[in-house]
Amino acid sequence: MPRVHVFARDHINTDEIIPARHLTTDVESELARYAMEDYDREFVRRVRPGDLIIAGADFGCGSSREHAVWALRGAGVGAVIAPNFARIFYRNAINNGFLALECAGIVEAFQDGDEAVLDLAGGTITNLRTGQTLRFVPVPPFALAVQRAGGWLEYMREQDAGAAGTPTPPSLNTPSTEAGHGHPGTPQEDAHA
Amino acid sequence: MGMTMAQKILAARSGHAEVVPGQLIECATDLVLCHEITTPAALRMLEERGMNRVFDPAKIVAIPDHSVPAMNIKAAKMYQKLKSWVQEQGIHHFYDVGRGGIAHVVLEGSGLLRPGMTLVSGDSHTCNGGALGAFATGVGSTDLAGAIYAGRVWFKVPETMLIRVTGELQPGVTPKDLVLEVIRRIGADGANYLVMEWTGDTIDRMDMEGRFTLTNMAIEAGGKTGIIAVDDTTRAYLAARGVTPDLYTEYTSDPDAEYRVVIELDASAVEPTVAYPHIPSNGRVAGTDAVPITHAYVGSCTNGRISDLREVAHILRGRRVADGVQMIVVPATQAVYQQAAREGLLEVFVAAGASVSYPSCGACLGMHSGVLGPGDVCISSSNRNFVGRMGDPSAQIYLASPATVAASAVAGVIADPREYAPRQEVA
Repeated sequence: MPRVHVFARDHINTDEIIPARHLTTDVESELARYAMEDYDREFVRRVRPGDLIIAGADFGCGSSREHAVWALRGAGVGAVIAPNFARIFYRNAINNGFLALECAGIVEAFQDGDEAVLDLAGGTITNLRTGQTLRFVPVPPFALAVQRAGGWLEYMREQDAGAAGTPTPPSLNTPSTEAGHGHPGTPQEDAHA
Repeated sequence: MGMTMAQKILAARSGHAEVVPGQLIECATDLVLCHEITTPAALRMLEERGMNRVFDPAKIVAIPDHSVPAMNIKAAKMYQKLKSWVQEQGIHHFYDVGRGGIAHVVLEGSGLLRPGMTLVSGDSHTCNGGALGAFATGVGSTDLAGAIYAGRVWFKVPETMLIRVTGELQPGVTPKDLVLEVIRRIGADGANYLVMEWTGDTIDRMDMEGRFTLTNMAIEAGGKTGIIAVDDTTRAYLAARGVTPDLYTEYTSDPDAEYRVVIELDASAVEPTVAYPHIPSNGRVAGTDAVPITHAYVGSCTNGRISDLREVAHILRGRRVADGVQMIVVPATQAVYQQAAREGLLEVFVAAGASVSYPSCGACLGMHSGVLGPGDVCISSSNRNFVGRMGDPSAQIYLASPATVAASAVAGVIADPREYAPRQEVA
């Protein structure tokens, strides 16, 4: 059962998630050793594969460094759940198929060390200690398509291959593109189950 | 329904007659800016996938700036990676160390970035370029890789926040104070996912250097970018760089464009503003508290331009940096450096006891050449004061205008620049 690590403060930024002094590598296993270093030096010793981070609003603000996503994933973090995310961190998560889930009230519903059940298909997270279940903003279909492809570059490559006649994800610019789903950062009325 | 200028650029570059906020699009990138920290990762991704190509070498601009001149062997290797790729792919817009400087500031003055363009870079301060009426935004290494490979990027069409500023900025008050005041009001995520469009007579009268400071800081409010419509000031700035109006497209927001929110601001009421630790929205009036400082830093893509260095020199001329304060001044580019030398500004800085360093991002993000130690207190003209941003996590960073940094360096405590009138004679 994944355990949660609660970092309740708002605006946890990429300088805290992976400080610039470690940016001379892009190797995930190296970055993993420093995940969250300037917020909580002990985190990398406590985290176990599949654990979840529950964080305050605007998680991942600041620098565009994708190293923030890689450091967390490398450290074994299965998902970050927060009321909302900073824009570049959120798109980096999508591009890497890493789960960044938006969920109002999440910080108040969990304590550090609680165990959680994450139901991706059902769109819920349950605190096993309290029994409380919260509903998170559904992952946008586009993000799921990118995840299925293996990441944004694979998605692009499949599109290009499609031009030569094989099945392909459609361009977002085709008229059938759906618009206006789950705007990241927009609180959802029905966020609480 | 009308469109904002950001919507119009995104529509034009994604092949749509119209786009609406929330719509997902794939957008052509007119320029891709590459530095040596986030680009090597993008190149590795492309190589690992057999996608190592460049969609159009003429649309790539490569400028090493973060860890140069190389601060250690790992940094030297990242620089080498960028340089060898540039050579291998025939990328001509390469501003090597000694010929460039901080990428955003080099690019803004290069004549390569023009109104109506889309620009992405693996750097959050790419929004800087929006002052030229372009759509410029920071992305991660994967998006950067995709842009290098295919010249396109996905966007969710953003809503826009309109910031209308009217009235005169008072003496001693600068565009940096204005943007710190806006971020104080709306919060560090007050523009999350939004375009920050600046307008009003204050902006009309502002020079391009001040406008770049405004759009540069959009990311500190969570903005997707900052943007300012083209006017005669923009046109003259571009013309001085050989870019005539036939070479670009001007977009303006429709009168009936829909804004998520409109912020009204009286520029004459803005005071010199200092963002206290540890978030850029934590603004207070300069001099409210006489906080003792150990470091003063002038530089970065936000405030390392020639106008910034002139403001600093106005205050430092005939004065000395206080004992116990280490001041460093970092011209943003080689061109700024040369101009500062011509005007005698470098002499003023050195005479005042400041250290003048080479163009680089180094100190701003705590990489090198001005890293803060435990307990250090720095007043900085840069853009971020997060925990650990400039070095040790226990260091305290206060953000301010170059003038406020200079006044504080002289006072040894955070000071109000309005109390430091220019002197002509050396004291």
